[in-house]
Amino acid sequence: MKQTFAIGIGGAAGQGVATPGDIFAKIFSRRGLHLNAYNAYQSIIRGGHTLLTIRTGPECVTNMGDRIDLLIPLNQDTMDRHLTLLTAGAACIYNSDTIKPGPVADGVQLCPLPVSELVDITRNKVAQNTLAIGAGLHMMGIGFAALEEVLREQFKKKGEAMVAENVGVARVGYDYAAAHFTAFPNPLPKTDTRYAILSGNTAMAMGGAAAGVKFYCAYPMSPSTGVLHWMAAHARKVGIMVRQVEDEIGVINMTIGAAHAGVRAMCATSGGGFALMSEGLGMSAMIETPVVVINCQRAGPSTGVPTKTEQGDLWQMLGAAFGDYPRVMAAPLDIGDCFKLIPEIFNIADRFQCPGLVLCDLLLSEGRLSVHPKDLDFSPSIDRGELITSANGYGNGNGAPSAAATNGDYKRYKITESGISPRAIPGVPGHIHTVATDEHMEDGVLISDEFTNPIKRRAMMEKRMRKVAGIEAAVPRPALLGPRDADVTLIGWGSTKGVIEESCEILNEQGISANQLQIRWLVPLHGDAILEILKHSRHTIIVENNYSGQFARYLRSETSFVPDGHIRKYDGEPFMPHHIVEAVKEQLAGQTKLSVPMHEIMV
Amino acid sequence: MATGVQRASQQLTMADMKGRVDPDWCPGCGDFGVLAAVQKALVELRIPNHSVVTISGIGCSSNFPGYMNTYGMHTLHGRALAVATGLKLANHELTVLVTGGDGDGFGIGGNHFVHSMRRNVDLLYIVMDNQIYGLTTGQTSPTSRIGMKTKSMPFGNIEAPINPISLALAAGATFVARGYSAEQKHLTELIKQGIEHPGLSFLDVFSPCVTYNHDNTYQWFRPRVKKLEDDSAHDPANWMAAMEKSLLWGEEIPIGKFFERTDVPTLHGAEPVLNEGPLIHRDLHVPLDVARSFIEELM
Repeated sequence: MKQTFAIGIGGAAGQGVATPGDIFAKIFSRRGLHLNAYNAYQSIIRGGHTLLTIRTGPECVTNMGDRIDLLIPLNQDTMDRHLTLLTAGAACIYNSDTIKPGPVADGVQLCPLPVSELVDITRNKVAQNTLAIGAGLHMMGIGFAALEEVLREQFKKKGEAMVAENVGVARVGYDYAAAHFTAFPNPLPKTDTRYAILSGNTAMAMGGAAAGVKFYCAYPMSPSTGVLHWMAAHARKVGIMVRQVEDEIGVINMTIGAAHAGVRAMCATSGGGFALMSEGLGMSAMIETPVVVINCQRAGPSTGVPTKTEQGDLWQMLGAAFGDYPRVMAAPLDIGDCFKLIPEIFNIADRFQCPGLVLCDLLLSEGRLSVHPKDLDFSPSIDRGELITSANGYGNGNGAPSAAATNGDYKRYKITESGISPRAIPGVPGHIHTVATDEHMEDGVLISDEFTNPIKRRAMMEKRMRKVAGIEAAVPRPALLGPRDADVTLIGWGSTKGVIEESCEILNEQGISANQLQIRWLVPLHGDAILEILKHSRHTIIVENNYSGQFARYLRSETSFVPDGHIRKYDGEPFMPHHIVEAVKEQLAGQTKLSVPMHEIMV
Repeated sequence: MATGVQRASQQLTMADMKGRVDPDWCPGCGDFGVLAAVQKALVELRIPNHSVVTISGIGCSSNFPGYMNTYGMHTLHGRALAVATGLKLANHELTVLVTGGDGDGFGIGGNHFVHSMRRNVDLLYIVMDNQIYGLTTGQTSPTSRIGMKTKSMPFGNIEAPINPISLALAAGATFVARGYSAEQKHLTELIKQGIEHPGLSFLDVFSPCVTYNHDNTYQWFRPRVKKLEDDSAHDPANWMAAMEKSLLWGEEIPIGKFFERTDVPTLHGAEPVLNEGPLIHRDLHVPLDVARSFIEELM
């Protein structure tokens, strides 16, 4: 089992949970440790309960894990909710002036800090937080210098007095722990690698910038708003036009307008906003103007649970917009992949002049992960497809040169073998045409209003749909992770990659050999490749974060494949490894074919 | 729409503006007059065809782009302004014309209408206002008068109509005018002014529906329309006066330019990101030092 260490910091919203979280995250990443942070929070600005879990270790940490090693409750409520989760070897640091512990498991160390005796709390309202950070750090075996450095950065804007005050308080906590608390047995190691710590939203925004996005717009909606925030803050450095729009209908249409002018354009939303974009997606497909749309799923239906995660929008995405049309859809596998996927999907959307859909979720969007800087490649390959611009567009796009003042024989929707027709952008002489959401002929003229023509309709429908074969060839086939031969194959999609991977490791350690098939590209699905992989599997279980098994139903509709069992979770919280491990065991023992693990942490 | 208006090197003709197909509007439709006036305005302003994009939503009048020899987009019902905003921001060197009907603009597209006005997007928005839904064969529209009988309200409309001029003024439009499709010269002049205005120009045009609207006919409009340009006391710089004029309806209905101001920055002019020119001409690659700084922030 790999060495990891998890801290849980909890309190009411507004009580300063984020700051200690940021401080720990910085210290860990600067020691060259991996980390994964997940914040369980509510749709409230002040009050309620939030629990931030930061898990770190020298090896890749892909999920929140199964245990909390150090609990820092900032209020009584957090103590009451989570103290009983702690098991032998764990510790709890708390302000003993205001918080009383309850019953505790054997081997759990209670670490009371008499805050008012140690510091002047009238001067420093968050003294309990800073003391706890200092104390915690000592117990993890990390030298004080690392904390001092981060506190200096954190408070330097507020002046030297503030820096000195906070460093002083932290030092008191550090020294108090040295005198009164038992340190954890395995001090956190150090490596020479340095990681970037980022959320999936930041990753997707940066991935957009790397892909050459020049237009981004959005309507604020949790959990997608982080993309807008990064874009807005950094747009001027890379020349991206960022707009906040009146609604998501405006968002998709504005994005399409910008894309139609010839730039790469992107937008992000959550399920409710995506529902409003549905008609616009059909337009993107019909006029063959490529856009990339991100849906950061939250727990639905309707307003649902805005601050909680789910993989419940798959069928909405599959069914978005009426009629048949080519598109490409992918679900990023982790936060690093959130970055990498965006340039990839833009290349496909541009080449095939169709919408590109990214199905992310709150777990990745708002979670944070250590990513190696080399995995944030700002020079990805860029393929804009057959695009006629004023720079290259003085031909007519169909091979023959034409006079700039006439349209020659340029046909925007020229019927081709590949289904791809060279796309001239407005402003290029000699390529004037009108695109239409109505069915049209090769030159863009409508067939729908006056003389609807079944032969022309069929030809144009088939032209567009021929792009599907090209998209299939452009998208890699899925591959099996882990040993070829295994007792059980766990099938997941998107954000569950990390937790399933760790579950497989645990199962293998416990003598149950397990492998994993994780789906990234949802459309096209490569059903034949999936069947080829699964036909060698002895026991198949589909793991997904929704009620009805949306992916299981999709896989069945595409391939007729029916798995041996299902593990599903739809309580708003992500899977923890033990949820999957225990479910696999009960299913292999023949106790059930559908496991719905209970989330033990009340958040 | 002053910034970025390109001029053709040679004289253009009406034939240069004609699209690939002829309009399929009903004989006598007011939209013919709007089409002719737009084409005339472009000829007179000598704007090269390839630098113009005509964008519409859905409806009878939204077939407009197909009848023009300019780049065109026939988009979704009510969404033309949103599409046009994105397009203009991506390439502000293009001259953008948005065309549509009253149902498209004030009904399903009402939200985008209000927000486009306040944004001062640099484009000309022409609504061919016939106070009825035509392509769906005659239902009440947001500008249908109270009492008007249609297929959807056979016993008479009981909802008050929108006043597009007051609404545009209240929403912050910087150029607000009303034309009448049977007043060709006057309409052409308003279109030219609207194209040259820096910012959003809103032009509501009475464009009678000869098939479904038997109330607001040419015969009904003819004696009522009075040109603001003939009123020497009218000052288009006076917003309050424009608002008052916008409320006139009945025996006398003003047409012409109600209001114009040119001191408000256009949306593309207000955003420093566009200082270096249109987005479509930008290098797609993030400079290495900038990329490094983005990653550095996260470490």
